[in-house]
Amino acid sequence: MPAKGDSGVTVAEVRKAFGPVQALDRVSLEAAPREVVAVVGPSGCGKSTLLELVCGLAEPDGGSVEAAPAALMPQRDGLLPWLSALDNAALALRVGGTGRAAARAAAHEHFAAFGLEGFERARPRELSGGMRQRVAFLRTLLAGRPVLCLDEPFGALDALTRTQMQRWLASALEREPRTVLLVTHDVEEAVLLADRLVLLSPRPGRVIATLDISLSRPRHRTDADVVALRERALEALGADA
Amino acid sequence: MSAALIVLAALGGWEALVRAGLVDELILPAPTQVAEALWTDRDLLAPDLAVTTWEVVLGLAAAIAAGAALGIAMHVSPAAARALRPLVIGSQAVPVPVIAPLVVLVLGFGLAPKVLLVALVCFFPVAINLYDGLRDADADARKLLRSLDASRWQTLRMLELPSALPAAFTGVKVAAAVAVIGAVFAEWSGSDSGLGHALLTANGQLATARAFAATLLLFLLAVALYGAFALLERRVVDWTPRTAPGGP
Repeated sequence: MPAKGDSGVTVAEVRKAFGPVQALDRVSLEAAPREVVAVVGPSGCGKSTLLELVCGLAEPDGGSVEAAPAALMPQRDGLLPWLSALDNAALALRVGGTGRAAARAAAHEHFAAFGLEGFERARPRELSGGMRQRVAFLRTLLAGRPVLCLDEPFGALDALTRTQMQRWLASALEREPRTVLLVTHDVEEAVLLADRLVLLSPRPGRVIATLDISLSRPRHRTDADVVALRERALEALGADA
Repeated sequence: MSAALIVLAALGGWEALVRAGLVDELILPAPTQVAEALWTDRDLLAPDLAVTTWEVVLGLAAAIAAGAALGIAMHVSPAAARALRPLVIGSQAVPVPVIAPLVVLVLGFGLAPKVLLVALVCFFPVAINLYDGLRDADADARKLLRSLDASRWQTLRMLELPSALPAAFTGVKVAAAVAVIGAVFAEWSGSDSGLGHALLTANGQLATARAFAATLLLFLLAVALYGAFALLERRVVDWTPRTAPGGP
């Protein structure tokens, strides 16, 4: 995968098929450095495929993907059940060749800010859904790559936890700004977190519309602007009656 | 609890059957007679138990080493998998009683043929279960490691091997349960000690109670080995939640 000099992502006219199934059809999107771009669409519109292309896990059939090195946070958290929370968070560092003690120390520095203090030795199944996502996000962050690809990070959480986690992610990105591609089917989540929305159609995934969101942060789901944007996006997706 | 009840009921019925004279005790001795033989012939049987235990333990160790090597080789190299799979599966079609005399002929009457035959019986469940387990690693975690540019070796060590451990233990427990079969056939084909040898001589002397006592020891040996590995598994694989037997 060609690396880009800066830390942005440019996807141009990308096509990708799996056998007879066309997953992505001439999809283009751009993420400037430190910009949060949300990719929104119904299930099965090739959103995850798009992230795999950006992470270099697959090659497009046509078009081009230019991206700085990207770290993936898979849809289900991908935590290893036999590792402690600390070792899961440190996994990317370990793969990168950092020694065990140094990797643990580096991961532990973030544990307090991530609300994980006291759970260093807990196994993933002993953690709540929200904590698991925070460990997975920390692992993604510690990969040290300029681009983060988050695949429906809060899709498996209950509504209450999801709201808390959205707020938490917004503040975490304020502390540690990165270029983020956020895949979600939750329009509200996208409007709350992103600088830009890319709306995809059902399979084959095509870009229906791109909406810039220049609202100040922090945003709340009840803000008039947020509600208006959410309605616009839903309308564009054809989900509004 | 219910297992104990079933065993007790069966033993009681068996005892009554023999006591009532319905079965010749040279063909089927009563449980109390077996227990008596176990006690009176203890000096005879104890060394045999030690010999067979040693054969089985060494054979199992060899089987685990060989099975692990095969399972990993087949997983890492598709070419190796294509070449080895038919041989590995075919090896299990060879009847142990047929091949045992040949192995003894080649390797002599010592420990080696016993260990080899135990290993031959046992390596298969280890290799196949490990092989399947290695391939079953979580797809998301696999994707994650690939996105981190993990090497083949790192993926194996950090993801595939730990996630294959429960399956590998299943293979080892199956191996432990059937290991004594290999040892007994090997001893039958040429040996002057071991529980298999004790079975043969007891049969020859019409000491049926002693033959049953030797069989009981083989049974207990298999159960003990299985239990030891089950215990080890619970120690090592401590991340999966377990449902109690008969639980929800």
